[in-house]
Amino acid sequence: MRNLIVRFCSRLARLSLGRALVVAMLLGPVTGATLAVAAVEAQDATKAVTIDNFTFTPPELTVAVGTTVKWVNHDDIPHSVVNKDKVFRSKALDTDDSFSYTFASAGTFEYFCGLHPHMTGKIIVK
Amino acid sequence: MAKKDLGDRGQGLGRREVLECMVWAGTGVLWTVSGGVPHSVGLIGDAIAAEPTGFSFLQMSDSHIGFDKAANPDALATLREAVGIVKAMPAKPSFIIHTGDITHLSKPAQFDNADQVFGETGVQMHYVPGEHDYIDEANGKAYLDRYGKGTKGAGWYSFDDHGVHFIGLVNVVDLKGGGLGNLGAEQLAWLEADLKDRSNSTPIVVFAHIPLQVLYKEWGWGTEDGTQALALLKRFGSVTILNGHIHQLAQKVEGNMTFHTALSTAFPQPAPGSAPSPGPMLVPADKLRSYLGLASITMVQGNKPLAIVDKTLAT
Repeated sequence: MRNLIVRFCSRLARLSLGRALVVAMLLGPVTGATLAVAAVEAQDATKAVTIDNFTFTPPELTVAVGTTVKWVNHDDIPHSVVNKDKVFRSKALDTDDSFSYTFASAGTFEYFCGLHPHMTGKIIVK
Repeated sequence: MAKKDLGDRGQGLGRREVLECMVWAGTGVLWTVSGGVPHSVGLIGDAIAAEPTGFSFLQMSDSHIGFDKAANPDALATLREAVGIVKAMPAKPSFIIHTGDITHLSKPAQFDNADQVFGETGVQMHYVPGEHDYIDEANGKAYLDRYGKGTKGAGWYSFDDHGVHFIGLVNVVDLKGGGLGNLGAEQLAWLEADLKDRSNSTPIVVFAHIPLQVLYKEWGWGTEDGTQALALLKRFGSVTILNGHIHQLAQKVEGNMTFHTALSTAFPQPAPGSAPSPGPMLVPADKLRSYLGLASITMVQGNKPLAIVDKTLAT
């Protein structure tokens, strides 16, 4: 965590001096550190599953409750993301389209492509 | 190409030729029907001369209107070329069967463009949907609103022409995770009832998007409950099964059943297992048209199984 804050601060330092001063004056160093933590947590709360060559990667992903998983289709063919138990279902995702779903409760969520059901994956929420 | 008869394996389409065909995606096959048994009379050009009086129809497939990626930046243009071949035929086929994936993304404009170009043939169309025709927000409403009139369920139906019973099946709806194409109990019950009172001598042509038999499970190229449909068809003396989906030719004769998958008019796909996955296959631009095509089918008097040869867009 300390490293992350340091990285955040060094990024601030790269901003123009005037803007850095304004930020420092408005927020103060403590608030700045808190914001940094929030930013890092938000980043951690999104996990990606990519679709390439008719395959979900990683095929199995374990995440914490509250995590948002984002599926991105890199194929030249549309795919979709359909939960076996109908908890979530994306529309057809064309090339580079994405679908996100936030897992609010623990469980194992098996899913497949609604167009090509031999494509399967699993999200384990703990 | 000379007239081929798959029934005579010695002189028919050889394994090598079939394998060569497997890497094609294509225009359509002309089929003619006279007296009961369908067989193809060759490439479209040959078919015109070969069976001028026969009952014939075309199979077209996988037009993917709206597809614009590297494998074919203009799928509408190659469809126009295929339709150009149909328009140039001196003896018009009785109708065209389209075995699905009319559009790429089920968008209204894509259906509009397809309808407009197919309309230029002046020939009646009989469609079944591919999975790409069923991905509108309303799960198939876009397809059914256009082509669903007089059909049951997700769009299946049958009709009779020249003594042949034609059955259009839908195996792209309500697919199950980890599975293949799916007909479902309701459609199978309908099929059983549809066939019940027909005599064994009625020639049957079944058409559906995904191959009814399992061609390559790893890529989902088959229908989960297809064997149940085939069991219902087994008693008939002549059964021809026309599919699309795999964008290449695959032909097989099994007893009284002939299986045929058509070329696409949009883009080729790799042969099973020859690439990491299915999907649009990039070929040199000047070679693309030799991978695209259409099929013609003819019924002739006799007891020979169906033979099918396809025509590519290459000139």
